[in-house]
Amino acid sequence: MLIFELPPFAPFLIIAFIVLFTRGRVSSALMLMAPIWGAFNLWQINPQTVWQITLFELQLNPFRIDKLSLIFGYIFHLAAFFSIIYALHVRDRVQQISCLIYTAAALGAVFVGDLLSLFICWEFMALSSVFLIWSRRSQKSFFSGLRYIVYQFISGLLLLIGTLLYWHKNGSIEFSHIEFQGLGATLIFIAFGIKCAFPMLHTWLTDAYPEATPSGTVFLSALTTKVAVYALARSFAGSELLIYIGAIMTCFPIFYAVIENDLRRVLAYSLINQVGFMVVGIGIGTELALNGAVSHAFNDVLFKGLLFMSMGAVMHMTGRINGSDLGALYKTMPKTTVLCLIGAASISAFPLFNGFVSKSMVMTSVLNQEYYGIWLALLFASAGVFHHAGIKIPYFAFFGKDSGLRAEDPPLNMLIAMLIPAALCLAIGIYPNILYQFLPYSHDYSPYDQSHVLAQTQLLFFAALAFVWLNIKGIYPAELHSTNLDFDWFYRRLLPSLWSTLINKIFFVDRFVRQVVLNRLRLILLIIKRFHRPNGIFSNAQTISNMTLSIVIILACYLALSFI
Amino acid sequence: MKLRIKYIFTELKNMSCFVYLFSTICMILFALDFMLYRHGNHPLESIPGFYAFYGFIGCVLLVIIAKWLRAVLMRPENYYHKTESKIKVPYNNSEAENVDL
Repeated sequence: MLIFELPPFAPFLIIAFIVLFTRGRVSSALMLMAPIWGAFNLWQINPQTVWQITLFELQLNPFRIDKLSLIFGYIFHLAAFFSIIYALHVRDRVQQISCLIYTAAALGAVFVGDLLSLFICWEFMALSSVFLIWSRRSQKSFFSGLRYIVYQFISGLLLLIGTLLYWHKNGSIEFSHIEFQGLGATLIFIAFGIKCAFPMLHTWLTDAYPEATPSGTVFLSALTTKVAVYALARSFAGSELLIYIGAIMTCFPIFYAVIENDLRRVLAYSLINQVGFMVVGIGIGTELALNGAVSHAFNDVLFKGLLFMSMGAVMHMTGRINGSDLGALYKTMPKTTVLCLIGAASISAFPLFNGFVSKSMVMTSVLNQEYYGIWLALLFASAGVFHHAGIKIPYFAFFGKDSGLRAEDPPLNMLIAMLIPAALCLAIGIYPNILYQFLPYSHDYSPYDQSHVLAQTQLLFFAALAFVWLNIKGIYPAELHSTNLDFDWFYRRLLPSLWSTLINKIFFVDRFVRQVVLNRLRLILLIIKRFHRPNGIFSNAQTISNMTLSIVIILACYLALSFI
Repeated sequence: MKLRIKYIFTELKNMSCFVYLFSTICMILFALDFMLYRHGNHPLESIPGFYAFYGFIGCVLLVIIAKWLRAVLMRPENYYHKTESKIKVPYNNSEAENVDL
């Protein structure tokens, strides 16, 4: 029993430091200990604890705990636990250390009480997580990682500048509700928005997550965006702008997901779609909506982690992840298939699965606040998410045409890691109170009423019917090897080509100017040469008498001038 | 026997059975709309079969629009890779492309 309380990130950092000096099974065992120790420590901490440090005249608040941060703390520990089990077979020191530091930084971020400490955690998250992408050690992942880290640093810088401006204006850097006015607040909002994958700022996510290692993606999907959701819920709850941003986030990625071939990229798009539901909930800002957003974040960590793990298992066993290369894997990977189907049913919010009990809170609160247009958009997105994440992922990986691949189920540690969130998805779906008791605001909401269950089941079954019908008619787009243009085209294609055009123009002008100047110089040299060549005017040998004559002429001129 | 159970989804006969079963379930769900009482906050919700039609039409539109989008957005797989592959990276383990290390 530990007598003293540690801040929640400390166990992970301490273990990360020890893992540096161990190897093999010892470091695996130590890594498994980190979330267990951390969870035990978090459970012991007095909920009213607040730590304060005064740095010069700044009141820093590196540790503050309340119900909102506590639920994120719990889910991060849980996510770290199953992700570490999933990665137990990985013997890569870089990944082991960076995933521990990454989790520590995310935990730090949800338990800080001031914006400056948040900024420090924010940067640590960016720095440590990029190694999970680079650990793939391929050309593609290297460049994706670079773009990822640039985005994260821009977000961090905006947060820092915003914090300074906010401090200047309000005289406080407390990390609590921020009035959405003034440049400082706007910059902080955009900084959170980048991490939250707002539309047009989202491409780092769909670019980098599918390029990370199979186990790295599980960590990435659980932490970064959820920290951003937490930050928005803490600071900008009730901002109407978020409702519209969130609605766009739910709708546009599903189109991309339908035509995307890389199944982990499909999941990355559907991650944006799910975060959109949370952002709408935060924008509505009522207690029911915030509870919905937070519980959906909790559930998303479970089912998205499960789906990323099942696709990671497919990739680990077959070496392929494109829908066009996979198919009919259920024959040899039955366990993975069942686990993936549970994740797919959960993300689609089938009754009795956990997505249903949290998404319905957001939907109900949108209806209660009479945002009918938004409600229709979310309903469309709900049907769409079932279409691409619920059907497309399992169908193209495990069913569909036979690819001839005969991969076995993945190693035991991966199966156990997938079993944990799968069991929780079902448990929370069946007994929602497991989750509801931890929610930050009090409410009495029951997702299971007859009309709601019937409505959701009809929506999903007819969405599935549409898939079946389109497939039989042959309208459903085939999986093709391709790259789909997204907003990243602007900085991966347009900007570089503009830049090279500009550089070419500069070179051209530069060469032209040099040419002209050189030509002039050559002309002058030619003239000089003409006078100095043999028998030229200046190269004749001069006799002394000529010299004397010239001097006499000069002196005579001088004399003549003196008379004037 | 084991083999037949294992490959249940591949046989064409099973598949058409599955499609019929599925369509029947959908029809039953649709019919339930007329039998069960449903309260709603929005006038649209009280239209029988609203959710069913919305789900079906929404998804068909989704796929058709996505197909159109493909005409605009689709590029070859190595579209970005062409320029990037000229630059040297610190380490490039192409064999480890798809596996954990």
